[in-house]
Amino acid sequence: MYRTKEPTLKAVATPYNRSLHRFAVFTACVTFVLIVAGALVTSNDAGLSVPDWPTSFGYLIKVPHWVGGARFEWSHRMIAGFVATLTVILAVWTWLAERRRWLRLLALAAFGTVLAQAVLGGLTVLFYQPPAVSSAHAAVAQTFFCIAVAIALFTGRQWVEEVPQIELDTRRPSLITLTLLSIFVLYVQLILGAMFRHKGMTWLPHVLHAAIVTIVLTWTAVRALSLYSKIEAVRRPAVIMLSLLIAQLCLGFMAFLTRVAWGRDAAQPELPMVISTVAHVAVGALLLATAAVLAIQVWRHVPVAFEELVPSGQRKPVAA
Amino acid sequence: MNKKAWVGALSVLCLLGLWLLVGCSKKETPEEQPAAAPAAAQPAATPIDPNTVASVSGTVKFDGAAPKAAKIDMSQDPACKGANTAETVVADNGNLANVFVYVKDGLGNRTFDVPTQAVTIDQQGCRYHPHVLGVMAGQNVQIKNDDQTTHNIHPTPKDNREWNESQPPAAAPIEKNFAREEIMLPVKCNQHPWMKMYINVVKSPFYAVTGPDGKYEIKGLPPGDYTIAFVQEKLGEQDQKVTLAAKDSKTVDASFKQ
Repeated sequence: MYRTKEPTLKAVATPYNRSLHRFAVFTACVTFVLIVAGALVTSNDAGLSVPDWPTSFGYLIKVPHWVGGARFEWSHRMIAGFVATLTVILAVWTWLAERRRWLRLLALAAFGTVLAQAVLGGLTVLFYQPPAVSSAHAAVAQTFFCIAVAIALFTGRQWVEEVPQIELDTRRPSLITLTLLSIFVLYVQLILGAMFRHKGMTWLPHVLHAAIVTIVLTWTAVRALSLYSKIEAVRRPAVIMLSLLIAQLCLGFMAFLTRVAWGRDAAQPELPMVISTVAHVAVGALLLATAAVLAIQVWRHVPVAFEELVPSGQRKPVAA
Repeated sequence: MNKKAWVGALSVLCLLGLWLLVGCSKKETPEEQPAAAPAAAQPAATPIDPNTVASVSGTVKFDGAAPKAAKIDMSQDPACKGANTAETVVADNGNLANVFVYVKDGLGNRTFDVPTQAVTIDQQGCRYHPHVLGVMAGQNVQIKNDDQTTHNIHPTPKDNREWNESQPPAAAPIEKNFAREEIMLPVKCNQHPWMKMYINVVKSPFYAVTGPDGKYEIKGLPPGDYTIAFVQEKLGEQDQKVTLAAKDSKTVDASFKQ
């Protein structure tokens, strides 16, 4: 196994900008609130309670009669508008203040994602919630959340100032492959869940895929914890990911019971159904973001070691 | 692309977004609401000899113990003070209400005049009245709001055009029609998720909805062989054949079970 005791890589020289980092963290936190607000809309079957878009009952900003489904949909729209504003500020600020070109592009991508998300939200309303569009709206929401969390991570003091502790990864599949696979299976699970929630699919694919998600995420977390637990930046997201996975499985079971098994003949969304499904969506978003953070930290701290293959007759390396 | 070009592109996008938002922020006035489309020109109705018409009637029963109605919680809107049970299966003493009964087959190529009078749906106590409605294709449906709260009326058809409109308290009735035949077309209110009803759009005037006593009657049928369909929102459809001679008055009963 290839190991280096001494750090071999240094972070890109860039000054830590506390204000920008705090703003990025705030944007990520409000985005999480937005995801919860969106989940409340779907769980309360209130998606079309405000029939027009981009106005709400004919106005851009006017508080409607605070009852029924409009409470959820209107709040969701207002928080979304706030997040869009935060994202514009974050993109412009990052563009002007940040030295790392790739981070400036990421901030721009965040802005593009929020625009796409707004358009998908509008299409959902104007075309009466087609399952594919509504599911895309749900998936892009969590993609944006991951981008916001990543920007918060990249602007953090630890990322900017630390000299990363490096351990080369010689195992196959590599840990970075496993983390990317984790993100992929979580994303598939997110789409399957969204399709079920928006009546585009039965619950079966989502439930069956949960087994695959459990296996892949457990494999990833166990590998990270068993081999790289000394690296705090890897250990922490791996532990959180494993904990969130357990919580998510329990919430998924509760959501299944309250909505599919017990709530089949309910006249309206009932409170246990709403609580369990909203919590399931919220923890799902946290799980995806944690998997993304783990992948980023693994990419930084556990690079893949490559062994050059040399034909058998030329085992002796020759200097060029 | 250099830095200035990127910032420029970003600014243009922001301005475009703001322009779109402001441009679309004009308040919708009631005059701008789409009205019911005029019914397409109908071919002349096939004449029916009134001296030979027959009728069919009967009772729809529910076999077994009626399922317990699901509870409705209207606490999210203080203006909603209606009955607190769902109307999915309403069976009193074995008599099944809200079953749509219509002549599914046997009328051939006959055409019928579309009534000029609209049928009414009333939103009262945060429920739809009636719960199941029959209407001819092209006939206007007038939707009223008698509640002190905003409803939105949202039919979710398979074969007709979907729409979703908001109706504040004391607003003018909304008039719509449905162009194509469609049975058990769901209508819901996204403000009050327990509010559900079904519209049945048919091509002939030969339909009825069972009352609380489970009874129905269809009059004015020309003699012939017919298929009578009984459709219940949860229990499904049953078909029965009947042959009607001139001036016949036959009884066709149906029975559903869960």
